[in-house]
Amino acid sequence: MTDLASSSVAPPRPTLSDRMKFYGIWILTGLVLLVLPKVFSSGGSMTTFSLVGISIIFALSYNILLGQTGMLSFGHAVYYGLGGFLAIHAINIVGFHKWPIPLPLMPLIGGVAGLFFAALIGWVMTQRSGTAFAMISLGLAELVASSALILRSFFGGEAGISANRTKLFKVFGLSFGPQIQIYYLIAAWTLIAIIAMYALTRTPLGRMCNAVRDNPERVQFVGYDPHVVRYIAFCFSGFFAGIAGALAAINFEIANSAYLGAVQSGTVLFAAYIGGIGFFIGPIVGAIFVTVLSLGLSDLTQVWQLYFGLFFIAVVLFAPGGITGLLMMHRPLVRAGMLSRMLPSYAMAALPTLALCVGLMLMIETIVHYTVNPNEDPHIQAFGIPFDAASPITWVTAAVLIVGGFLLARRAWSRVGETWDTTLTAARAKVHAL
Amino acid sequence: MSTAIELRGVEKSFGVTKVIQNINLTIAQGERHALIGPNGAGKSTTFNLISGYMRPTTGSILLRGEEIAGMKPFQINRRRLSRSFQVTNVFANMTVWENLRCAVLWATGHRYAFWKNIDNLPVVRERTAQILEDIHLTSRRDVPAGLLTYAEQRALEIGITIAGGADVILLDEPTAGMSNAETERAVTLIRRLTEGRTLLIVEHDMSVVFGLADRISVLVYGQIIASGTPDEIRGNLKVKEAYLGEEAA
Repeated sequence: MTDLASSSVAPPRPTLSDRMKFYGIWILTGLVLLVLPKVFSSGGSMTTFSLVGISIIFALSYNILLGQTGMLSFGHAVYYGLGGFLAIHAINIVGFHKWPIPLPLMPLIGGVAGLFFAALIGWVMTQRSGTAFAMISLGLAELVASSALILRSFFGGEAGISANRTKLFKVFGLSFGPQIQIYYLIAAWTLIAIIAMYALTRTPLGRMCNAVRDNPERVQFVGYDPHVVRYIAFCFSGFFAGIAGALAAINFEIANSAYLGAVQSGTVLFAAYIGGIGFFIGPIVGAIFVTVLSLGLSDLTQVWQLYFGLFFIAVVLFAPGGITGLLMMHRPLVRAGMLSRMLPSYAMAALPTLALCVGLMLMIETIVHYTVNPNEDPHIQAFGIPFDAASPITWVTAAVLIVGGFLLARRAWSRVGETWDTTLTAARAKVHAL
Repeated sequence: MSTAIELRGVEKSFGVTKVIQNINLTIAQGERHALIGPNGAGKSTTFNLISGYMRPTTGSILLRGEEIAGMKPFQINRRRLSRSFQVTNVFANMTVWENLRCAVLWATGHRYAFWKNIDNLPVVRERTAQILEDIHLTSRRDVPAGLLTYAEQRALEIGITIAGGADVILLDEPTAGMSNAETERAVTLIRRLTEGRTLLIVEHDMSVVFGLADRISVLVYGQIIASGTPDEIRGNLKVKEAYLGEEAA
C-alpha cells in the first residue's frame, strides 16, 4: 500500500523521458568510443585515447576516496602498480602454460590484485581519515615503491617486467597486437568501470560514503561504523585502480617501478582535483584534460611540468571546484537563459589574463634559457611563439605584460564578480517567477 | 513499568578533574525526563556517556537492562537509542532528503549494501518522506543542509535523531538559540515525535522543561542533587538554592 501523502513528499520518480535521457547518455558514450578511431585514425591518437581511458578509470577510482569518502591519499599508485605487475605476471604465466584465458580478462586479475592489497592494508589505514590517513598512505607508497627496486624477482628492478600480450588464447581471432584492438579493449573496460563506479554512488554504501565525508562523527549516531564505510570504499578504490594498472600494463606490455611511484600518485590527484572532485564526472574531465595536456605540452616547451604545476596552483586558488565546478556554476544562468550577460565581462577579463600568461611565459622561458642552456641560440620558440631571449625588448615586453596584465586582470575579474552576483540574483528571481 | 535507562554509580574524570561524580539515575520506559543544571554541571557529558561518545571511568550504564558502558556509539544506536547534538551536527553538503535517508538506512536493514539501488528502496523512501513531513521541511527537501536557517537545522537535527525509529531519544538543548515562537513550535514537534518513546532531554528553558517533562533531575557539579516530578522539583529547597535561584523565587 502506498501512502499518498508520503509519495508526494518524496522526490519525484524519474519519468520515462528522464530514464531515456539517462540511458541515452551511456549509449551515446559507447557510440562515441566506438567511432572515435574512425574520426581520428592516426596511430598517435590511438595511443592518446588509450592513455586517456586508463587515466579516467584511475582518476575515478581515486575519487571514490577523495571526492566521495573524504580520504586524501598520496599513495594511490600502489594499487594501480600492483594491479599492473600482477597482470603482467599473469599474462606471462597464462601464455607459458597456454591456459585458455584471453587477454580481455586480464584487467580483472589486476583488479583483484588491487582489491586484495587494499583489503590487506586498508583496515589499518582507514581507522582515521584526514592527516593520519594521508601520512600513512604516503609512507606506504614510499615503502612499496622502494621495495619494487629491492624485490627484483617480482618487480624486475629498474628494467621492470615485460610480457607479450599477443601470446594468449585468442577469442574472435583477435591477436591484440595492433593498437586499435588495444584501444577497443581499453574503451570497453573504461565504459564498464565508469558505469560500475557511477552505480556504486547510487547505493546505500555510496550515500553513506558521502555522509562519512561530510560528518564521520554523526554517522556513528545513525548506526554506521565510519571505519567500515571507509574500508569498503578503500577496497573498491583499490579494485578499480588495479584494473587501470592492468590496462596500462597491457598497453605498454611492461610494468616497472614507475607504476608505483610518487609521480603516478601525484598525477592522479592532479587529474581528479583539476577536473573537480565534487562531481562524478569531474575526474573524467580531469583525466582527459591532464593526459592530453601532458602529452601536448611536452612538445611545446621543455619545462611543461612547471606550467602544469602553476596551472594546478591556479585551480586550487581560484577554482577549488575544478573545471567541472566552474561549468556547473553556470547552470542556473543557462536555465534562465542569461549566460550571454556574463560573456562581455568574461571577454574583458580574458584579454589582460592572456597578456599576463604570455608575459609569464616569456619570463619563464627566458630564465630557462639562461639557466638550463645558456650556450645555445637565444632565438627560441615556446608555444609556437618565436622570440629572442637575449633581447632587452623581450624582457621589457615581458615585464610590461606581467605588470600591466596583472593590474588590469585584477580589476577585470573583480568586475566579473560583481556582474556575476547581479546576474545570478536576476537568474534566480526569474526561475522563481516561472 | 520497566526501565529504559539506568545509570549506576557512574563517574567520569578527565585527568584529576571529576566531571561526573557517582550518578545514579533511573528512567522508566515511556517517560519524558529532563536533565537540568547550570552550565558546566556535566549534562552534556552525561549524554556523551550514555550515547557511547565517551566511556565512563567507573560505573555501569544499562539500556533496557543491558550493559552498554564502553560500547561504540553505533553499537548503542543499533540498540535503538538515538541522540541529538547541542551544536547542530548534520551532513552539511547533502540535501535535507539525503540527510534523513542516511538516518533511515541502517534501521531498515540496508547496512553497507553496495548492490542495491538507493532510489529503489520503497520502505526507505516512505519512511524518509514520513520524517520529512513530521519535521515540516517538505518545502526544503532538496536544499543542502548547510543552507538551512538555524531553526530548520535544529528541526533536521531532531529528524535525523528520530528517523531510525529509536525508542530511547536523547535531545541535547533542542531549543537553544531559538526565538519564543520557534521554541513553541519545537516543543510541539518534540512532544508529538516522542509520543510513546522514552525521552531524556537537556534544556535550559524552564518553561520547556516544566511543560514537557514527567520527571526532572537536577545536576550540579557532576552530582544529581534532586530527582522528581516537576512539582517536587519546584518545591525542593536544595534546588532553589543551588540552581533555580531567582527564577523560582
